[in-house]
Amino acid sequence: MAYDLNVNGEQRSVDVDGDTPLLWVIRDVLGMTGTKYGCGIAQCGACTVHIDGEPARSCQTPVESVGRSAITTIEAIHNTPSGLKAQKAWQDLDVVQCGYCQSGQIMSAAALLSEKPNPTDADIDAAMSGNICRCGTYVRIRDAIKYAAKLDGNAKQGG
Amino acid sequence: MYMKDFSSEVSSVDTRLSRRSFLRAGVAAGGGLLISINAPMFRAAAADASAANFAPSAFIRIDKTGHVTAVIPQVEIGQGVYTSMPMLIAEELEVEPSQILVEHAPPDDKLYANPKLGFQATGGSTSIAAFYEPFRQAGAVARAMLIAAAAETWGVDASGCRAENGTVIHDASNRSLTYGDLAAKAAALPVPDKVALKDPKDFRIIGRSLKRRDSVDKTTGRTQYSIDFIIPGMKIAVAQASPIIGGKLVGMDERAALTVSAVRKVVRFDDTVAVIADHTGAARKGLAALNPKWEGGAATYSTADLVGDLDKAIAGNAVVATNEGDVKNAVSIAAKTLEARYEAPLLAHATMEPMTCAARITADGCDIWVGTQVIARVQSAVAAVTGFPAEKVRVHNFLMGGAFGRRLETDYAVQAAMIARQVDFPVKVIWTREEDFRHDAFRPHYVDKLSAGPDANGIPTAFSHRVAASSVMARWAPAWFVNGLDPDAVDGAAGPYKFRNQLIEYSRSEPRAGMMTGWWRGVGVTHNSFTVESFVDEMAAAAGKDPVDFRRLLLAQSPRAKAVLDLAAEKAGWGTPMPAGRGRGISVILLFGTYVAQVAEVSVDARGDVRLDRVVCAVDCGRVVNPDGAKAQIEGGIIFGASAALYNAIDIEKGRIVQTNFDTYRVMRIDEAPTIEVYFVDSDQPPTGTGEPGTAAIAGAIGNAVSAAIGKRLRKLPVGRGAINASESRQPYQRL
Repeated sequence: MAYDLNVNGEQRSVDVDGDTPLLWVIRDVLGMTGTKYGCGIAQCGACTVHIDGEPARSCQTPVESVGRSAITTIEAIHNTPSGLKAQKAWQDLDVVQCGYCQSGQIMSAAALLSEKPNPTDADIDAAMSGNICRCGTYVRIRDAIKYAAKLDGNAKQGG
Repeated sequence: MYMKDFSSEVSSVDTRLSRRSFLRAGVAAGGGLLISINAPMFRAAAADASAANFAPSAFIRIDKTGHVTAVIPQVEIGQGVYTSMPMLIAEELEVEPSQILVEHAPPDDKLYANPKLGFQATGGSTSIAAFYEPFRQAGAVARAMLIAAAAETWGVDASGCRAENGTVIHDASNRSLTYGDLAAKAAALPVPDKVALKDPKDFRIIGRSLKRRDSVDKTTGRTQYSIDFIIPGMKIAVAQASPIIGGKLVGMDERAALTVSAVRKVVRFDDTVAVIADHTGAARKGLAALNPKWEGGAATYSTADLVGDLDKAIAGNAVVATNEGDVKNAVSIAAKTLEARYEAPLLAHATMEPMTCAARITADGCDIWVGTQVIARVQSAVAAVTGFPAEKVRVHNFLMGGAFGRRLETDYAVQAAMIARQVDFPVKVIWTREEDFRHDAFRPHYVDKLSAGPDANGIPTAFSHRVAASSVMARWAPAWFVNGLDPDAVDGAAGPYKFRNQLIEYSRSEPRAGMMTGWWRGVGVTHNSFTVESFVDEMAAAAGKDPVDFRRLLLAQSPRAKAVLDLAAEKAGWGTPMPAGRGRGISVILLFGTYVAQVAEVSVDARGDVRLDRVVCAVDCGRVVNPDGAKAQIEGGIIFGASAALYNAIDIEKGRIVQTNFDTYRVMRIDEAPTIEVYFVDSDQPPTGTGEPGTAAIAGAIGNAVSAAIGKRLRKLPVGRGAINASESRQPYQRL
């Protein structure tokens, strides 16, 4: 069945079963591979995207449930002030190791920062505990979110 | 992975090799200077660097535009080698590290052997240790040749020329030429016999924190892992191997699978099926519809059987690894004897990117797109199953979404090749998370028996430790499994300590066929750190001594180990009082030449649930090349090891792996992560690795901290749940 999706501000049409998880539509059908598969049961957060600005686990989001909502992925999160800040903070503090979970980490952090521009440790725990990092970069993720909160809105992305 | 300490052999080889035979220079393709590096091997045969046998393990290319490229056999698995290894070259070549492009070497066990291992592999925390000397030498030789080329061009003495930032300068005449200008001419010059390396006090790159070069791509979703690889016409396969250990496929509903839209094909083997579709969503749905049925195998096998086998093995015969002094006699005359049994469970790797491999087979050969720590092994394993000669198997390696030892195996690449052989299009095989857990190469389950015979002052004069486990070495590197001894299982079995009389033994017991045990970050020492460091605390308690004071006595002859112990204790505020319900524990280890001491602080609630509050870590890894990168490795290593020590065990019931996703296999999350402080000992010793030692030390520190908090010795991992009420620990973890 055909679905018209709004992905990163563009209209994209896909023809898949309605119960297909959004994750695979984004990755395999639309070819945008920044969003990652980690567990398939919304336990690890690697597949986090924004749907109308709210973080969502795309592995547990059937494509038929999305409708005309705006989907934002890691490829376009730099267009939001909080996404850009998170990316800059991640780069300045050298957060990444293998990097595989970091798209999802940044998507969760961007949503947190846009909702709470100055998050407390408890806010960070609540917003980020759904995202697993097996390389164990949690110490730096916490530091980076606090660092991002202090960046001004005109931060430029490195590289 | 395991690495015997070959350092003494390396240095003896080193002195026999002239610098000239260790490096070669020549003309690079396209003109320019090519330096080939034959890093000294630990095996004598490989040290024969005669013309016929010269086998470079890395290359540096300087082209006519001045671009420097390093062809590096090590792969980036998150540990930062693409950032740190160019630093070694840049330091002597006099360029900025960022000016050096890194290329990953293609598979070739001969050309790109890891000098510490003898074959091409990224593991054993060896990358910096192995290439510290050769890469600096290569940089220095290239610089000397570029200077010589400039001096010849200008007709001046080379001693009046110097190199700076990719340029050779003659101060007296105020002339300069870039490396690009000089590369072709330098390539025709003889390789100098001797080039002095910088005095470390003049280092301007080594020892300075350098930002990772993969950060921007990894924070913008641009990095391509093997799971992201796609080419036109490629289909996705979701594979399932028998969920019963050693079981076989006995039935499936192929028609139901093929009615799922976008499903193209079902491929079956004796013990594996795969559903191939246009996208992963359809392939997963197709697999569910296929509903494969499995029978046979170890259908009644459980963790209790596995442990029963280990207990039987440890009570039976053992192979002696070390026997010094006379342990039996020393025990018999000891004031008293301590004895204990310890146990550590199977562990999964659970890399964030599950096992994935894409393959294409045509009449012309096979392409493999994969993330692997052992590219040459993948090539030969795929060649073996496809029948192609190795040179027809083209392995394209990717950055990896975690490895931790899992990607030292070739099973997932072999499976992809076998599936690709059944279709006429390229296929990417993606393991589900459940598949990744069920068919991991688990860290072995260990059972240990220790005894000590302390003298009247509580100082042990005798120490014995028998380890029972499966042998990863016997399967993975049989040449290093000699006389029935797995040297990795007993690595660190006496800790960093030396007892006057000591006996270390190994008893082998393998799990049922169809299950695999493998290398796991920190290898054998991860389990021995828990076992030995816990038992040392037991000895200290029996002697009425403080754990740190007691270790100081044991380490009197080991200054580097004692120094990290003292540093960690001091920074942690060892000895200051802890409130009720909290505890502090220490561990000291030696792994791959790196000394680590850690102090863990924990809180234990009334139910016995443990929170890891703080870890203080002291590291002596010799000279630190990239301090912030090394710190990141230690921080992450601690989290990885803490997750296992607190929460993790893979259980088997009725021949099936019980924990198959993150809802039942609990991994540490940000709200559970401790604060971590890392301190490096200032050292001018040659660098050693940091990828694994941080992981290996933590189980001992946590075990001791929890035992201190609850006033009871815990001898079985994990220790994070039900530390007080044992029945609590039997409640399976379930995250909703």
